[in-house]
Amino acid sequence: MVSDLTSFVALAPAYPELLLAVGAIILLMMGVFSDAKSGNTTIVGVAIGLLAVTAVLVAFQSEDGVLFNGAFIQDGFARYMKVLVLIGSAAALVLSVSTASDHNLNKFEYPVLVILASLGMLMMISANDLMSLYIGLELQSLSLYVIAAFKRDSGRATEAGLKYFVLGALSSGMLLYGASMVYGFTGQTQIDEIAKVISLGDPSLGLIVGLVFLLAGLAFKISAVPFHMWTPDVYEGVPTPVTAFFASAPKVAAMALFIRIVFDTFEPIAKDWQQIVIFLSLASMVLAAFAAIGQKKLKRLIAYSSIGHVGFALVGLSAGSQTGVEGVAIYMAIYLVMTIGLFACILALRTDQGYVEDISDLAGIAQTRPFVAAGIALIMFSLIGLPPLAGFFAKWEVFLAAIEAQLFVLAVVGVLASAVSAFYYLRVIRTMYFDEPNHQFINTPNELNVVIALSGFLIVAYAVVVAGPLKDIAGVAAGSLF
Amino acid sequence: MNIINNNILTILTFLPLVGVFFVLIVPGSDALAKNNMRYIALATTTVTFVFSLVMWSMFDATNVDFQFVQNHQWIGDVIGYRMGVDGISILFIVLTAMLMPLCVLASWDSIDKRVKEYLIAFLLLEFLMIGVFATLDLALFYIFFEGGLIPMFLIIGIWGGKNRIQASYKFFFYTFAGSVLMLLAIMAMYWQAGTLDIQQLLKFKFSPEAQFWLWIAFFASFAVKMPMWPFHRWLPEAHVEAPTAGSVILAAILLKMGGYGFLRFSLPMFPDASAYFADFVFVLSVVAIIATSLVALVQDDIKKLIAYSSVAHMGYVTMGIFAGNALGIQGAIFQMISHGIVSGALFLSVGVIYDRMHTREISAYGGLVERMPKYAFAFMIFTMANVGLPGTSGFVGEFLVLVGVFQVNTWVAFGATFGVIFSACYALWLYRRVIFGALEKDTLKSILDMSPREMVIIVPLIVLTIFFGFYPAPILDATAASVEALVSHYQAGLTQVGALVEVAH
Repeated sequence: MVSDLTSFVALAPAYPELLLAVGAIILLMMGVFSDAKSGNTTIVGVAIGLLAVTAVLVAFQSEDGVLFNGAFIQDGFARYMKVLVLIGSAAALVLSVSTASDHNLNKFEYPVLVILASLGMLMMISANDLMSLYIGLELQSLSLYVIAAFKRDSGRATEAGLKYFVLGALSSGMLLYGASMVYGFTGQTQIDEIAKVISLGDPSLGLIVGLVFLLAGLAFKISAVPFHMWTPDVYEGVPTPVTAFFASAPKVAAMALFIRIVFDTFEPIAKDWQQIVIFLSLASMVLAAFAAIGQKKLKRLIAYSSIGHVGFALVGLSAGSQTGVEGVAIYMAIYLVMTIGLFACILALRTDQGYVEDISDLAGIAQTRPFVAAGIALIMFSLIGLPPLAGFFAKWEVFLAAIEAQLFVLAVVGVLASAVSAFYYLRVIRTMYFDEPNHQFINTPNELNVVIALSGFLIVAYAVVVAGPLKDIAGVAAGSLF
Repeated sequence: MNIINNNILTILTFLPLVGVFFVLIVPGSDALAKNNMRYIALATTTVTFVFSLVMWSMFDATNVDFQFVQNHQWIGDVIGYRMGVDGISILFIVLTAMLMPLCVLASWDSIDKRVKEYLIAFLLLEFLMIGVFATLDLALFYIFFEGGLIPMFLIIGIWGGKNRIQASYKFFFYTFAGSVLMLLAIMAMYWQAGTLDIQQLLKFKFSPEAQFWLWIAFFASFAVKMPMWPFHRWLPEAHVEAPTAGSVILAAILLKMGGYGFLRFSLPMFPDASAYFADFVFVLSVVAIIATSLVALVQDDIKKLIAYSSVAHMGYVTMGIFAGNALGIQGAIFQMISHGIVSGALFLSVGVIYDRMHTREISAYGGLVERMPKYAFAFMIFTMANVGLPGTSGFVGEFLVLVGVFQVNTWVAFGATFGVIFSACYALWLYRRVIFGALEKDTLKSILDMSPREMVIIVPLIVLTIFFGFYPAPILDATAASVEALVSHYQAGLTQVGALVEVAH
C-alpha cells in the first residue's frame, strides 16, 4: 500500500494531534530535567496553554480530510467535539492549579498524562478505522488508569484506580471482540468501507453480535446503564480534580466515538442499534434518577447524575436523525460547562479539615459563602432542566429529536425521570439554602472563582448569548456526518 | 413614544430585571442597605405598574388581533422571541404589576433576614409572570411558565413556616411533573404545525387523534397549576407555609396561569378535544366546588381555609371556560381577576394579624373588632367578596359563569350553586370566630389596629373590590371582543368531535 504522506503540508488535518504529541514529549523532558518544586506550576501552566492553543488550532484551521490511508478523518463533527474535549481537559487542569498539592497531584507527570489522554481522545474522535479507534481509545484509557491511581499512598484512590483498570480493560476487550467480529463478517476495518459492505445485503447474525459487543464496550466508556457500575466508586475514590477531568472530557470523546460508529458504520442497520441505544438511554435515565436519591456523598451523587445525563444525551441519539445528533452535540457542550462549574464549586469549598465530601457539609453555605452557593444552585437547577437555564435547552434539543422520531414512550419516561431526578438535585439546594451553617470555609483561590463565574454566566445567559451561535455550529457539525 | 409603543411588552417584562441588577449592587447588609433595597424594589414594581397602565390605555379593545406584537428569530428557526397581547392576556399583566408593589410593601417589616435574596426572588418572579402572559411563542411560554418554579421554590423554602421544606417540595413536584408532559406536547405541536408561533398555531387544525393526546398533556400541566380537584393537594400546604407575599402571588397570579393556559391553548387549539372533555371538566369542577368548600369548613388554620376556598373558586373558572360560550368565558376571566384581587387581599389581611401574633390558628383569635375596627371592616369587605355578595367583584364573575354554564348543562349549574351557599358558611363562620365574640385572650388585649403602611396596602384593594362589583365594565369591555373571537373560533373549530370520540374509544 502506498503511503499518502507525501509532504508535511499533507498532514494539515492532523496538525493538532501532532502539536499535542510533540508538546507532551517536550513537557515530559521539561519535567524530568527541571527543579521539582518550582517547575511544577510552570508545567501545568504550559500544559493549559498547549491545550488552549490546540483548541484554537482545531477551531480555526479549515483543513478537512482523510489521512493515513483512511485511518484518520477530520471533519466538522470531529472539530466540534475536539474543541469540547480540549476545553474540558484544559479546564480540569485549571481546577488542579491550586488544589493539586492537597490532593497529591503536584507532580509533573499529571499534566503530561492529561495531555496524552487528550491526544488519545482526539484520535478517538477522528478515528475512521477500527484499528485507529482502538489505539486512540487505549491511549486515552491507559493515561486515565494511571491518573486514577495517581494518589498512590491513598487506599481509596488506588482501589478506584484498580477498579477502573479492571473494568476498563474488560470493556476494551469486549470492544475489541466486537471489532474483530465486525471485521470477520465484513472483511473491512475502515468505517465507511464497512458501511458499504453492510448496505449490500441483509446483515448477518455475526455482524449483529459484533455490533452489540462494540456498543457494549462503548457503553462502558460513557458509563451508560447497565455498564455504569464503576462510575460511582471511581468518582468517589479519585481526587476531586481528577474526578472533574473524568466526568468531562472523556465522556465527550466517548460519546463522539459512539455517534460516529453508529452513524457512519452501522447506518444501514439503524433499526438494530436504535433498540440498543433506546434501552441504554431508558435504563440510564431511570436507574440514575432513583439510585441517586439515597446518596449522601456529593461525588457519588454527581456520578449518578452524570449517568443520568448520559441517558438524556442518548435520547437524542435514539432518534437516529440529524436533529438528534445536533441535539447530542449541544447537550454535551452544556453538560461540559455544568460539570466543570460544579467541580469548581466543590473545590472552592474547603474547611480546616479538608474538602467537603458529604452533602450535609454544604449546610447553610448560602449564608457563609453566597457566591459559591449561588453557583451550585444555578448548576443544580440547570441539571434538573429548568428554564431559562442552559440545562433546559439541552433537554429541549434531545427530546425535540425524540418526538420527531415518534419515540413517545422514551420521551415520556425520560421527562418523568427528570422529574424524579429533581428530587436529589433539590436536596443539595435545600441543604445550602434552607439549613443553618455548620462549617467555616477557607478562602477560594481566584482561578476557581473565575471558572465558577464563567460557567454561571454561560448557564444563565445561555438563552440570550450562546444558544443561537451554538445551534448553528452544532448544526454544521451534525451535518458533516450525513 | 413610538419606540415605547412598539416595545412596551419587552419593557414591561424586563423592567423587573433592571431592579434585580440594582438590588444586587447595593453593598452591605445593615438596616440602611436593607431599606435601600426595599425602596429599589418598590420603585421598580411601581414603575412597572405604571407602564402596565400605559399599555392598557393604549390597548384597542375593539381590535381582536394581538397588539404590540414583536416577532424576531431567536434560537435557530424553532424558538422565536415573540410578544403580543389581546383582551384575554392584558388584564393578567395589569393584575400582576398591580399586586407586586403591594407584596413588596407587605414584606417591608415582616421579612428581615436575607432581604436581598428575597427581593431578587420576587423581582425575578414578576419578570417570569409577566412574560407568561405577554409571550406569543409556545416555547417561550413554557420557559416563563416553568422558570417561575425556581424563585417560588426558594421563597417557600427559605422564608416559609415550620413545614416549609415539605411544602416547597410538594409544590415543585406537582407542578414539574405536570408541565414536563406539556413540554413534550409542545414539541409534538412543533413537528406537526412546523412553528411555535401562537398566532399561527391558532390557525392550524390538529387532527382529532393529535388533539386528544395534546389536550391531555396540556391538561396535566394546567390542572395542577390551577389547581383542579384532585390535583390540588400541593396548594393548601404551599399557601400555608409560604410567607404572606408568597401566598398572595400564588393565589392571585400563579393559579391564573392555569386558567390562562386553558383559554389560550386548550380551547382554541384543540376545540374538538375540549368539547369531548368538557363534561369531564364539569364533573371535576363541581366536585371541586362542593368538596373543597366542605373541607374549608373544618379547617382550623386561617390560611388553609382561604387556600381551600381558592380551589373552590377556581372550580367556577374551569367550568366557565369549558362552557365554551361568551358568558361563561367572560365570567371565568372576570372571576380570575376578581379572585386575584380578593384572595390576594385576604392573604394580606391574614398577614396583618400574623405579623402581630405569629399564629394562623383560628382559635387563637376572637373579638378583634374591639381593638381593630378598621381591620374588621376591611376583612368584612373581602369576606363578602369571597362569598360572592352582590355589590362586590366576587358576585359578577360567579354569576356570569353560572349563567353561561346553565345554558350548556343545567345540572352542573345546579350543583355549582351549592358552592355559593357553602362559601357563605365557611367565610362567615371564619369571620365570626376571628373578628366577633368576646375579646378574652390576654395576648390579644394589646393588639394594635392597622398601621398606615398596611392601610396603603389594603385600601386600594377595598376600592377595587367594590368598584368592580358595581361597575365591571372596564374588565368586561377589555375582554369582550377577544372573547367573542375566541368563542366563534372555538365553535367553528368544532368539526370532528365525532372522529375524536372514535379515537378515544
